[in-house]
Amino acid sequence: MENQNGYSTDVKLFIISVLTENKSGLLNAITIIFTRRKINIESINVSESEVSGVSRYTIVVKITREKAEKLVKQIRKLIEVLGAFLYEEEDTHFQELALYKVPLEPFLNDSNNRIEKLIRDNFARILVIEREYIIIEKTGRKSETTKLFEELKQFGVSEFVRSGRISISKSKRRTETFLKELEELSASSMRKN
Amino acid sequence: MQALTKAPASKTTSEAKIVTGAEAVLLSLLEEGVDTIFGYPGGAIMPIYDALYGYQDRLRHILVRHEQGATHAAQGYARVTGRPGVVFATSGPGATNLITGIADAQIDSTPMVCITGQVSSALLGTDAFQETDVLGISMPVTKWNYQVTDVKELPEVMAKAFFIAKSGRPGPVLIDITKDVQNAKFEYTYKKCEKIRSYAPYPRVNAEDIEAAAKLINAAKKPYILAGHGILISGAQKELLSLAEKAGIPVASTLLGLSAFPCDHPLYVGYLGMHGNYGPNVKTNECDVLIAIGMRFDDRVTGDLKTYARQAKVIHIEIDASEIDKNVKTTVALHADAKDALTAILPKVNKNTHAEWLAEFRACDQIEYDKVIQKALNPPSGGLLMSEVVNYISELTKGEAIVVTDVGQHQMATSRYYKYKTTDSNVTSGGLGTMGFALPAAMGSKIGKPEKQVVAIIGDGGFQMTLQELGTIAQFKIATKIVILNNSFLGMVRQWQQLFHEKRYSCTEMINPDFVAITKGFGIQASKVTDRENITQALQTMLDHDGPYLLEVVVEKEENVFPMVPAGASISNIRLE
Repeated sequence: MENQNGYSTDVKLFIISVLTENKSGLLNAITIIFTRRKINIESINVSESEVSGVSRYTIVVKITREKAEKLVKQIRKLIEVLGAFLYEEEDTHFQELALYKVPLEPFLNDSNNRIEKLIRDNFARILVIEREYIIIEKTGRKSETTKLFEELKQFGVSEFVRSGRISISKSKRRTETFLKELEELSASSMRKN
Repeated sequence: MQALTKAPASKTTSEAKIVTGAEAVLLSLLEEGVDTIFGYPGGAIMPIYDALYGYQDRLRHILVRHEQGATHAAQGYARVTGRPGVVFATSGPGATNLITGIADAQIDSTPMVCITGQVSSALLGTDAFQETDVLGISMPVTKWNYQVTDVKELPEVMAKAFFIAKSGRPGPVLIDITKDVQNAKFEYTYKKCEKIRSYAPYPRVNAEDIEAAAKLINAAKKPYILAGHGILISGAQKELLSLAEKAGIPVASTLLGLSAFPCDHPLYVGYLGMHGNYGPNVKTNECDVLIAIGMRFDDRVTGDLKTYARQAKVIHIEIDASEIDKNVKTTVALHADAKDALTAILPKVNKNTHAEWLAEFRACDQIEYDKVIQKALNPPSGGLLMSEVVNYISELTKGEAIVVTDVGQHQMATSRYYKYKTTDSNVTSGGLGTMGFALPAAMGSKIGKPEKQVVAIIGDGGFQMTLQELGTIAQFKIATKIVILNNSFLGMVRQWQQLFHEKRYSCTEMINPDFVAITKGFGIQASKVTDRENITQALQTMLDHDGPYLLEVVVEKEENVFPMVPAGASISNIRLE
């Protein structure tokens, strides 16, 4: 279905990647752009990028392309935002990290090594072994981390946590090159008077 | 008002000296050429006010009666001068009282620098006396905000604040300064901000887009210009006039674009939007090329987007990229400052006239005149109408006054019937529609342009939202003229109730005080007029008065503003009665 402006009305997953100065308050400034439009953020991750003083946000949303494009323009309006880019899933390489806390007892009584096999088959690993529990770590896509969660349920999962998605675009442009171009743009976009 | 020494204009780094943070704020204001501050003191901003005591010869402080008044006054000042309005307020309630004016300035692209005091850094987040998260509260309605907790940051932050407020699409910024920073001493130097790497306020005009736009204009049979506030902000009035005249294109104005193009020009076709003129609205749905300049296709202009200008190729000249394709899909987008874009496009546009097309507008004018204007300006009997009062004001001031309006029926009547002849002379609350805007905005406008006649036209409802500013007007002898169009109703709401809610006048009738007595109580001259015979004389007396003056005009209780596009309807369905 298309709307009057020729946009698809389909809702799909978009990844918004934002580069900002590393300043307090910016996370709030960015998220209220979503709040105001009552758009739910599926996941968000923020950390320092490969350039010192520059943060990279990875925000996952499920909306129409038209809304996503308008959101990105609004994010770019924030003074300390260096760049905001819109990607569909196939434009990026992405991963999530999941941690599972499983009681130690079934693990000890597991004569057939079923848990160990599960961990191996899912390319997960044991992060910590404590007196009461073990913690298993797995990186992967949401479907993969969910699958392991479902399989571990039989042994009792007392806690499960999954990170926001982090993604890297397939674009060849380097962040530093982008920032350099940006500096030139801001210098040349000054008024003569 | 006292004369002020002009602040030194300096682009270079000022000499280093040891001062307090409070004094640094004032020195920074002087560096930015500020001469007037609108504000209200309080505990958390005391050090700045204390420092101000020593700067009264260079910085005039207008003590308002409510912080909201300071923001609207600063807006009025900014809108007529083009320079950022400056506001001081204390923490907590002082800061929260600024929010309405800040939101108004944000949506209407008005440059403003608000400086709020904040509790000491050590008390942040402890619910200290008069502490509030002003940064969090103001974030959605400011172009930029920042809290200073280290005195060394102050000069750079002040410089950034002014640069951001006035460049690109202007807007309000807020600087929150903790009390310990105001008291701390440091080595002060100042350097004006000239660029921020993450901010490109004036996008380069794209030559291909200019070519494409010129091609569309040259091929157009029925081209049509919608002139917005961006023309006034970028100072593109001359370029707009040249484009319209060279290519023979009719020009209509948005609410905030009023006064960018002279109302008596043969190519001017009127005012757009919900209560705009008939021709400009219906012709939007008949033109072949729509040239929208420095405007944002507000819903009050477009009505139902599904039927808005669907037949037209749209050229949108706009400095804010997020406005492009936001509401109306463009054929050619010119992401640029209006003046830069028009300057680039002018030489590429062919000379032309579109006499037949213009005549179509004039035919609409005639229909509107017969059905609406004739009766609105020359009512045979009954009480005074807002439209005729505005028309008299327009004639008596020769269309040369700065006209400040509040929000409601009187605002729409003024937008329709005041014939603006000079630029930058329309000050009103557009996007936010803030009742209570006009009285303080008029005082700021008069301070900004003391040589101009400033007339505030206000409804009885809006007047009572900020009437305490009469105290400020009296104290500082601000010679603004105030016309209250009193119909003892919240007129616009009542009109909607009449047209769309079966005349169920729920909570819109007002029993009003004696406005003349109240005004006189503040020490301001005032009078009241109720009949047609005396209106022009009463207005003339007001205009001739040396000093502030309030004229209460009692108008017809149940007058409606027509034409009208019902909310959400197509602009083609504009109602004439």
